[in-house]
Parts: sequence; structure tokens; C-alpha cells
Amino acid sequence: MSEHGYEPVIGLEIHVQMKTRTKMFCACDVTFGEPPNTHTCPVCLGLPGALPVANERAVHFALRIGLALGSEIAGRSIFHRKNYFYPDNPKGYQISQYDIPLCRGGRLGEVRIHRVHLEEDAAKLNHLGQSGRIHGADRSWVDFNRCGTPLVEIVTEPDIRSPEQARDWLVVLRETLRQIGVSDVDMSQGSLRCDANVSVRPSRTHELGTKTELKNMNSFAFLERGVRKEIERQVQLLGSGDTVVQETLHYDPAGDRLTPLRSKEEAHDYRYFPEPDLVPLLVTPEMLDGARAELPDELPIERAARFERELGLSAERARMLTFRPELAAYFERALAADGGGRDPSAIANWIEQLIERIGSNADPARSNVAPESLAALAAMVQAREVSRDAAREVLTMLVERGGDPRAIVEREGLGAIKAGEDGQLAELVEAAIAADPAAAEQVRGGNDRATGPLVAYVMRETKGRADGGEVRRLILERLRQA
Amino acid sequence: MSELLDLPAASAAAAVRSGEIEARELFDAYRERAEQDELNAFTWVAEGPPAGGDQPDTPLGGVPLAVKDLFCTEGIPSQAGSRILEGYRPPYTATVVAKLNQAGAPLLGKTNQDEFAMGSSNENSGFGPVLNPWDRTRVPGGSSGGSAAAVAAGLAPWAIGTDTGGSIRQPAALCGIVGMKPTYGACSRYGMIAFASSLDQAGPLTRDVTDAALLLRHMVGRDTCDSTSLEFPGEIEPPSAESLQGIRLGVPEELAGSEGGVEAGVREQFDRTLKLAEELGASVEPCRLRHAPHALSAYYLIAPAEASANLARFDGVRYGLRVDGSSDLITMYNRTRSAGFGAEVKRRIMLGTYALSSGYYEAYYGTAQKVRTKISEDFRDAFEAFDFIVTPTSPWAAFELGAKTDDPLAMYLNDFCTVPMSLAGIPAISIPCGLSDGLPVGFQLAGPAFSEGRLLDAAYALESAIGFDGNAARV
Repeated sequence: MSEHGYEPVIGLEIHVQMKTRTKMFCACDVTFGEPPNTHTCPVCLGLPGALPVANERAVHFALRIGLALGSEIAGRSIFHRKNYFYPDNPKGYQISQYDIPLCRGGRLGEVRIHRVHLEEDAAKLNHLGQSGRIHGADRSWVDFNRCGTPLVEIVTEPDIRSPEQARDWLVVLRETLRQIGVSDVDMSQGSLRCDANVSVRPSRTHELGTKTELKNMNSFAFLERGVRKEIERQVQLLGSGDTVVQETLHYDPAGDRLTPLRSKEEAHDYRYFPEPDLVPLLVTPEMLDGARAELPDELPIERAARFERELGLSAERARMLTFRPELAAYFERALAADGGGRDPSAIANWIEQLIERIGSNADPARSNVAPESLAALAAMVQAREVSRDAAREVLTMLVERGGDPRAIVEREGLGAIKAGEDGQLAELVEAAIAADPAAAEQVRGGNDRATGPLVAYVMRETKGRADGGEVRRLILERLRQA
Repeated sequence: MSELLDLPAASAAAAVRSGEIEARELFDAYRERAEQDELNAFTWVAEGPPAGGDQPDTPLGGVPLAVKDLFCTEGIPSQAGSRILEGYRPPYTATVVAKLNQAGAPLLGKTNQDEFAMGSSNENSGFGPVLNPWDRTRVPGGSSGGSAAAVAAGLAPWAIGTDTGGSIRQPAALCGIVGMKPTYGACSRYGMIAFASSLDQAGPLTRDVTDAALLLRHMVGRDTCDSTSLEFPGEIEPPSAESLQGIRLGVPEELAGSEGGVEAGVREQFDRTLKLAEELGASVEPCRLRHAPHALSAYYLIAPAEASANLARFDGVRYGLRVDGSSDLITMYNRTRSAGFGAEVKRRIMLGTYALSSGYYEAYYGTAQKVRTKISEDFRDAFEAFDFIVTPTSPWAAFELGAKTDDPLAMYLNDFCTVPMSLAGIPAISIPCGLSDGLPVGFQLAGPAFSEGRLLDAAYALESAIGFDGNAARV
């Protein structure tokens, strides 16, 4: 993207809550939406004398992420204390990783990964008062249920070049994280959170401009809008001869506004130092094997690429299927089913038809329609044994009661009426011409579009069983005979 | 009655187990003494033994235990000597205390200490100084001064404390009792209100070496709640050595040499003890710990750095003191921490914050960690030639209250001989070795990691030869 001669450079920092049973450093349950402060203990409340113990399962999940992103896994990494005062941070420091993270490097699609590390989530603050933020609040409440939830922070390289790309890539990351089973990745519930580092530079230059950090973009749309807003702001500043100031900005989706949180001068000195309460995190070959064993054979982005490359699906359709692994599985079963001469795009199309009937969130494998039946139906349409309209009717019956599509077609008499079959179509074409002589005359005069009402007549009379294309061919043949 | 209270703890436990005395009688006798504490050694005394009655079948036989204030005890004030935690009653009990309770040592009381274990005289307590039972115008040492004074005065049969840079050994020396800092990781730190996490260790303060061994036996062990705790190899047996035949003692020039600033009276008792050791069969040779003189500097960067983070949780939000008076969060933090912390704690928080600051980290904290590694290597080398390193525990005997309060650096020198072992994470024990002008002098033996059993044996043999009489301090 080039905006008035400037190229945006965007990197993302993503926080992902792990869906482990217990918290990062204590045995409290990880929950959402429970009454405040009902899942706490001395450790996650930061009571005097309490000590953290690293959650093995969270480490396992982080390893899955690192392996899925192709990162280099550190055999020995360490936890650090990140010091800052805030009521959501009961110890006065967050346990995180600093200069020796669990994973470095990697890639997802076109975006390189800088690092992946483990840390703990903060508590949730609720502010009473008009501002909705701690500044100016009448009173603030702290809910420690969330405090200590395992978080994985994923930092990308600044490889993203547009707000749309940022959004699209985050969708790919979310799907990847969901399919490797580590997180609920729900932005509205905060289990997936994304900050963006944004800078712009004159097109065709390579030096990075001054960046700002955007926070609080808690949906895909807000990410795209916030980043776009910030690019516009920076381009305008530079265009009018001003400079971009390094600062942290808060995105307000309601007003589509960016407000400064703190400048570089006010930036925290977090005084990182190695967490003395924890021993170094050692990753054994067994732990790596264990994490690898629980990864799916193919990541969604790999599967989508294969569907495009080997099956000729469009990019959009490939994503539609692979970003819902149950759809992709159903699709592949249908492909594998007997019938021969299948067209993958046609089967994908019939899956879309099926989803329309069973609801967009339902798993087709749990519907009455077996993938083999769907494949058989698609094959019948392709062989012109049943018309497309009739096949849609058959699908509706399959959804309702299941069964064999071929038997349904026979039982309901929905088989395609073909030319030459008992002369039935020819008779109906004659009837159509008789019923609408004006249209017939126009067709005779060379107006192909005038076949429409004539075809519609035949289709109506056959209750959709005839093949529209075939009917049209017959009409033209009949009316333009030498 | 007084005969009952004259029994060392291990003997009392044996007497309860054999039915000679009743645990309840013992508890009540000590409780009465602790109630009449004139040394300000206790910050809280139990009303009675915990429900469940006598414990004649337990290894510790119901012999009551005094516990340093910074150990969390469920429902019982645990204030770490600080006003910022005044009245704080934790919802859980520290692992070490729970283990000792389980083994049959019920809680007698909580003992006074320097605020957050920062001090060497107990004058930094938010609840007033503790007096030395040998001379009430003098300090008992610190930071486990309350535990040391209570045991020395016979207000408690035994006690536990914590040692970060000498906080068990130095007050034990100044009060004429036995104090041991175990190997780092030997005892769980879970429930110990932290000063410096990489250094803090719990340990016993007792009348004699046998009591120390018995108490320590039931303190050690891996705890799933403390990642830095370790499985203790084997069991700690009652010490029984009668000689030091074949034992090689190394006397480090840097800590025990003439330039170490050791007081004449302390040196005299130290030298006399070395002679006794030789008479018991030990060899005594000088040795070198080249980096030991830098230990104090490294310690006073590492410990405050960790403390600056450990004490950040005392922010007035969830527990302890809170000074409001403004709707502004930062003002609440400032007021609460200004009012709640004492001067020494503030000094160390500032030191530590500075040492960790961006741009200074490498020069201060980074360098201190390198020195720490060098000190560990010095000890490792020394233990190739020697079984134990021996030094005076403290360069001087108990000093007068107020004598060093205006000079923090002079106060820090108290830990000159004890800090190197803390940085190296190795065990060390202090036993009383004599009197200097009527005040007790401590003799320190340090060994390699997990040599507690051998250390206790050697200390036991020496203790018998020294024949120290602590009765003068008993009430």
C-alpha cells in the first residue's frame, strides 16, 4: 500500500490466553465470567510469602505455538520480573520473559516472527465513574480471577504493510492458534489481544520511521481501523513537515480516535531482572516431542495452500474450508467418497449449500448428510442426472431425513428430463411457444434473451427437473430451424 | 518448674515421649514465661497449645516453638517487623512452620525482628528493639533478634529464624546460642515474607547443637510450592562426634585475619577455640577466599535489588496499611509506603531500585552477580583442601543500643563474616565459643552444600569441648 508516497510499516504484538485448566504460577482455575475474586489464592493475589511455580501445561502450550510458527526453541530460558506499580499487578511486578525467551524467530505466511514468550496476565480493573478509566474514576475495583492466567506473547517482525494485511494476518494467526488447541482466541473476551507498532516511511526507502504503539484494539475491525487512523495521522504529520513522536496511543473505537497514553519520556523503566523465585525453564526432547505430537498434521494456512494448489479452489473458498477444520475434514471425506469424476469446486459449492441449511456454526459431519451422499449428489448433477434446482431440493430432504440421494431422486421423481426422452421436452417446448408467441417471434428475430420466458415455462411445467441449458438449446433449435 | 524449663528442647521432647513430663505442662510453663517477656522478643504469644491436645507420639513431642514474625501463620499476626503489615493475619501457614507443627512443635509465639529482615541489631523493628538478655543495654543482633533473645533467655525452648546475610548466625552469636543457616534450597521458602529471594533461608536457633539438628531434621525437604527448594539428601541424625580427628579446618585470611577488623576479645575466643579444635584432632591452616572482601559490596546490591521488587506488593491496595486522603492512586502509594516502611527499608528499596535501573544494571547488579560467582568458586576451591571454613561469626560482641544506628555502613559490617556463605548458598553454623567482657562470642563453621550433617557433628564435638554456659542469660 502506498499512501501519498508513504509506505506503512506495521508489526504486531499479540497476547494469547492459554486455555490451561490452571493459572500460570498457581493452582487456581482459569475461568471467564465468574463472580469477581472467586478464583484466587495467596500466589495470584500476591500475598506476602507466596511463591510462583511454573505451570507445565502452559509451557507445553507455548511449545506448541513455537513449533507451529517454526520458531527456534530455547533449551533453557529464564523468567524475569518486570517491575511496575498498578492495582492490576498485585506483586508489583509481572513475571515475564526478557532476554532469554522460550522461542525466537519463525514465520506464519508472509510475516516473520520475532519472538514468543510466556508470562502471566494481570487482574481486571473495573472503574466506576464517567471516564471508564482509572484516571478520574470515582472508585475502581480489582477482580483477580484473571490475574495469573497464562499468556503467550507473540511479537512479529515489522513485515506488515497495510491495515487490511494486519487484519487478515491476525485472522490467520487466530485460526492457527485455535486449531493447535491452545486458546479460545476470542477477542471480545480478551483471550486474544493485539497491539500494533506503526510507522511510515517514504515509498521505496528502507530506513524505518519513528514508530508509535497502538493499544486497545479489541476486534479485527478495530485493529484495521486503528492502524489506518494512525497511518493517516503519521502521513499527515510528515506531509506537513512535522515529526512523529514516539509514544503509546490508546484507540477509542467509539469515537474512532487515538489518544496518547504516555510518551517516550514517560515510558516505564521496568527494571527487568531474573526472577529469583523460579528456576530456569528447561525444555527436554521429551517435552518437544510431546508438543509436536499434539500439533495437527497440517496448519490451516498450509492446508489452504494445498487446496488452492492441488484442488484448484479459489483462495477465499480454500480459507472458508480450512479455517473451519470440521469443514475441511468433511470436504476431504466427500472428495474421497466413491462416485468418480468429482469436481472439488463443485463439492465445495455443495458444502456451502449444506451450511446454509444447517446453520453456519454447525458441523456438517453431525448433520444427516453423509459426505458420501453429498459427493453422490454432486456427481449426479455433474452427470446431468438431476438438475441443479432439483438437487437443491434433494439436499433439503437429505438435511431433514438423511438417506441416499439416488433413492430420493427416484422416489420423488426428480430425475432430469432429457431431450428425446419420450419426446416429453419437445412437447413442452411446443406448448411454451404456443403460450407466448410474442417471445417466440423475438427469438426468431435473433433476440436470444427472449428465450427466458419460454425456458421458464418449461421449467415450471417440469417442476425444475429439466436442465435449463438443455431447454434453451431445444428452443433455439426449434425456432431457428433453417 | 524451672527444672522443666532448664531442659534442652530435644531432652524435653524425649521426656514427653517417655511420659516423664506432660506436653501441656511444658507449653504452659513456656507460655507464662513468654507472656512476661521483658526483652520485647515476642510480638505475639499463643493463648494455649493448638487443639488436638498433647503430642506425646510426635518426634518433637509437643515442645513449643518460637517463630520469627516473617513466617506466615494462618490467622495469626505475621507482620515481618513492619508497620506496613500491622495486624496482618495471613490465610495460610508457611511450609516450614506447618512441617514443624506436624512434627509436634506447636506455635508458642511470633518473635520480633528487624523490619523485613533488614538489619543486624533488631533496632529496625517497627515494634521496638529487642534487648539482649546478657545485657539489656545491648542489642541481640539481627535480624532474627527476637528468636535469638527468646531462646537465650529461656523464654522459648527453641526457635526458627531466617538468614539472608547472617540474620540467624549473627544474633545467635551475640546471644550465646546455636544458629544455623542451611544450604540454599534445603528448606522451603513458601510462606516466608521475602527479603532477598535468592539468599533467604530458614534455620534453627537453639540452646545447643543437638536441638538444632533435631529441629532442622524436620524443616528440610523439597516443597512443590517452592521451585527453588531441593530434596535433602538423607536424614539429619542427632550429632554424636566426640573428636575432630582428620578434620581439616581452613581459616580464611580475608575474614579472620588481622585486617578483618575483628575485636580483640572476639579474636581471643576464636583463637582459643581453634586450639581446642586442634586438641580434638583437627588440623587448622590458613586459607584464601580472595573475593570474600567484596562479598559485602555484592550483597548490598543483590539483596536490595531483590528486595525492591519483593516489597513492591506492599502498596495499600489489598492488605496491610493504607493511607488514603486523595483520589489519586500515586498519592495513595506514596503516602502508604512513606508511612509504613522504616528508614532502613526505604534506604534499601532506593538502593535496589537504583541498581536495577536502565543504564546502571550491568554496572551494579550485573557486576555483583559476577562477584557472587567468584565467591562461590573460591569456596569450591577451598573445600578441595578443607572440610570446613571457620571464622568468627561476628567481628564483635553485642554492642550498645543506638551505637551504630547513625552509621549504616558500620552496621553492615556486622555481616562481614557471614555474607560470603549466603552468597555461595552453603550451610554455616554459629556456636557460642566463650565470653568477651561477659558477652558471648560466636564461632562459625561453614561447609559445602548439603554438608549439614557433618557440620552439626563437628559443631557438636567442639561444643562439648568448649562447655559454654549460657545460664547467665536465662530469666
